[in-house]
Amino acid sequence: MTHALDPTAPGRADPAAPAGVPDAFADVTRSDAAFRAFLHGLPGVDQVGAEARAAQLGTRSIKTTAKAWAIDTAISMVDLTTLEGADTPGRVRSLAAKARRPDPSDDSCPQVAAVCVYGDLAGVARDALVGTGIHTAAVATAFPSGRASRAVKIADVRDAVGNGADEIDMVIDRGAFLAGRYLDVFEEVVAVKEACGDAHLKVILETGELRTYDAVRRASWLAMLAGGDVIKTSTGKVSPAATLPVCLVMLEAVRDFRAATGVQIGVKPAGGIRTTKDAVKHLVMINEVAGPDWLHPDFFRFGASSLLDDLLLQRQKLRTGHYSGPDHVSVV
Amino acid sequence: MTVFEYAPAPESRSIVTLRSHYGLFVDGEFTDGGGTPLPTVNPATEEVLGEVAVGTDADVDRAVRAARKAFTRVWGPMRGCDRGKYLFRIARLLQERAREFAVLETLDNGKPITESRDVDVPLAAAHFFYHAGWADKLDHVGLGAAPRPHGVAGQVIPWNFPLLMLAWKVAPALAAGNTVVLKPAETTPLTALLFAEVCQQADLPPGVVNIVTGAGDTGRAVVEHADVDKVAFTGSTEVGKQIARAVAGTQKVLTLELGGKAANIVFDDAPVDQAVEGIVRGIFFNQGHVCCAGSRLLVQESVHDEVVAALKRRIGTLRVGDPLDKNTDVGAINSPEQLARIRELVGIGQAEGAQLWQPEGDLPERGTWFKPTVFTDVTPAHRIARDEVFGPVLSVLTFRTPDEAVAKANNSTYGLSAGIWSEKGSRILAVANQLRAGVVWANTFNQFDPTSPFGGYKQSGYGREGGRLGLRAYLKES
Repeated sequence: MTHALDPTAPGRADPAAPAGVPDAFADVTRSDAAFRAFLHGLPGVDQVGAEARAAQLGTRSIKTTAKAWAIDTAISMVDLTTLEGADTPGRVRSLAAKARRPDPSDDSCPQVAAVCVYGDLAGVARDALVGTGIHTAAVATAFPSGRASRAVKIADVRDAVGNGADEIDMVIDRGAFLAGRYLDVFEEVVAVKEACGDAHLKVILETGELRTYDAVRRASWLAMLAGGDVIKTSTGKVSPAATLPVCLVMLEAVRDFRAATGVQIGVKPAGGIRTTKDAVKHLVMINEVAGPDWLHPDFFRFGASSLLDDLLLQRQKLRTGHYSGPDHVSVV
Repeated sequence: MTVFEYAPAPESRSIVTLRSHYGLFVDGEFTDGGGTPLPTVNPATEEVLGEVAVGTDADVDRAVRAARKAFTRVWGPMRGCDRGKYLFRIARLLQERAREFAVLETLDNGKPITESRDVDVPLAAAHFFYHAGWADKLDHVGLGAAPRPHGVAGQVIPWNFPLLMLAWKVAPALAAGNTVVLKPAETTPLTALLFAEVCQQADLPPGVVNIVTGAGDTGRAVVEHADVDKVAFTGSTEVGKQIARAVAGTQKVLTLELGGKAANIVFDDAPVDQAVEGIVRGIFFNQGHVCCAGSRLLVQESVHDEVVAALKRRIGTLRVGDPLDKNTDVGAINSPEQLARIRELVGIGQAEGAQLWQPEGDLPERGTWFKPTVFTDVTPAHRIARDEVFGPVLSVLTFRTPDEAVAKANNSTYGLSAGIWSEKGSRILAVANQLRAGVVWANTFNQFDPTSPFGGYKQSGYGREGGRLGLRAYLKES
């Protein structure tokens, strides 16, 4: 029943093979019953144990050079996000400017990974980021609730991609997932992936609505099997959003998925990560759970708005030896 | 830097004041011992931390007499609620001086500062808090109205959890109204002597707690002293047997907490990632210097490869080294003697044909160290599946059915603890009922709490420590 995680199991894909829905698991999605049996056959997650492990990793003491490296790495992993009804082209341009030069007083400060906006503003973001290497991410599929017909969701994705997004943050249908209609959810992710074309797909599980770690693990595998490039915790619109134990379970999932298929999937916690301390805890967790291969913006992102400011303040503190204040980082 | 290297994060040792010479603590005062002092060494660096007095028969006699006097005149007659006040005071002082105790424990023992900081010292304080609450409620311990203390308790404790084992012994003894003569292990006496300072600071009446340092002869003198009413020992089965013989035929009441060879049973429906954490915690916590360590991993054959692969990957992330570094997971082996014992048994394991695996990485040059070690292809006939290694060495065995798991788990001369990993509650309960072990953990391992009794079956000893049962060992019906 746990063949998916057995490193010696037969039928594993060649690690060098190109990404895609892995052959080794082609048969698990052939029917609702088979898919349910597979997802429910994944090893369970003991809640107490997972939370204890996350807390234990949170006690690592990251100081001096390690802290400096961690702060720069975390900055380079930020998806600088604005997802408000009141967003305007001006605000998005302002955000893009901050993404390019997070700390105007320090040229050595890295730029962030992406700017994340609603689909209608993706073109504004893309234009403001031309030539920077910073990605334009757009939320789609009736974000944040996902309550719309599949046709509308696909149209939403096509629109965002057409506007210039090269990363799409979709939400899964939590209603269908919780009702046990796993294959529906899977097929929707497959369809969205197809609509993305070359754009990277991040699949938001909205773990705050899934509630159990078992469900988080199942949803992670579902999203990875469906072709998601990144699995993402939350929309940021539901509480609780990203937590360390949820991120732990997702990191275990991507680690096991690569061991089974050779395909490396990224992870993005989003919402609720506000401090450098939180970010460093996540980096420690990546390092010790998934491994150093994930310590790269291609495979780990922080979905955040205020986190960047604290990272910058801590970075300035390390550089100058004293704390400055909020006026020393730019507002958007 | 292309990888995430954790910079050194050493805990400062400036909070600890080491002395060149440490005396015995008798009748409320520090005094010299009659024996030739012994050095106590930091096993991580081989640095001599100080010289510690060695108590002779005469010193032990002095301590027992002080304890008898304090029992008769002060501590025995004292109202329970007043004894409780002293215990609460000690508990608070342990908390206030927690960092000092943690650093000293790590220096003297070699265990990681995170463990002394997050486990040993907080649990020691918790034991005093818990038993402080009992001091005026002894009517409810289950021995009828107004149970009586035994009198003078002679207590001998090991080096693996020096302060915590002291707390397990001293707190219930004092709560029940006994006075104590305690003999710490010769390689780790320093936190016991710092505890003596706490007793002074708490204004504990002289003679209630006496601490006599020394080696085996000193311990024997404590156990064999004619005026000791109650003997409590934690340590090796070999010494435990000697003590049982020495106490036989006397009026002394005895509890023994001895060795173990715990089975950690992983069923195929276990939460694998948490089971791996539990296996690691079970055997590598405190360098495996744990009597209830999960030193025998019994894993269902159908998930053996998966679990062992995950376990090796996880062990590869353990950080072995400077115990004072806040990121260290595995510290130093406590003494050259223990290291030699571990090496001997590991050599036997290899000679018997088990497959040895250790993670990559170098050990520090100075000090006593042993790498986390996993033996696979172990059978119940191997000595590494039967003898207590008391080090970071795991033996992996397999089973096919729950019955076979129980049979193999119980196939031991020990019976201190066991672990069960399964997502199926009914299986956990059924298996737990069949295990002959004093503590059975389900989906966790090495969890301790003052309210929970701890103790063994078979050659793991008799009597319980902790909880109501543990307290009863220090009382008799009136």
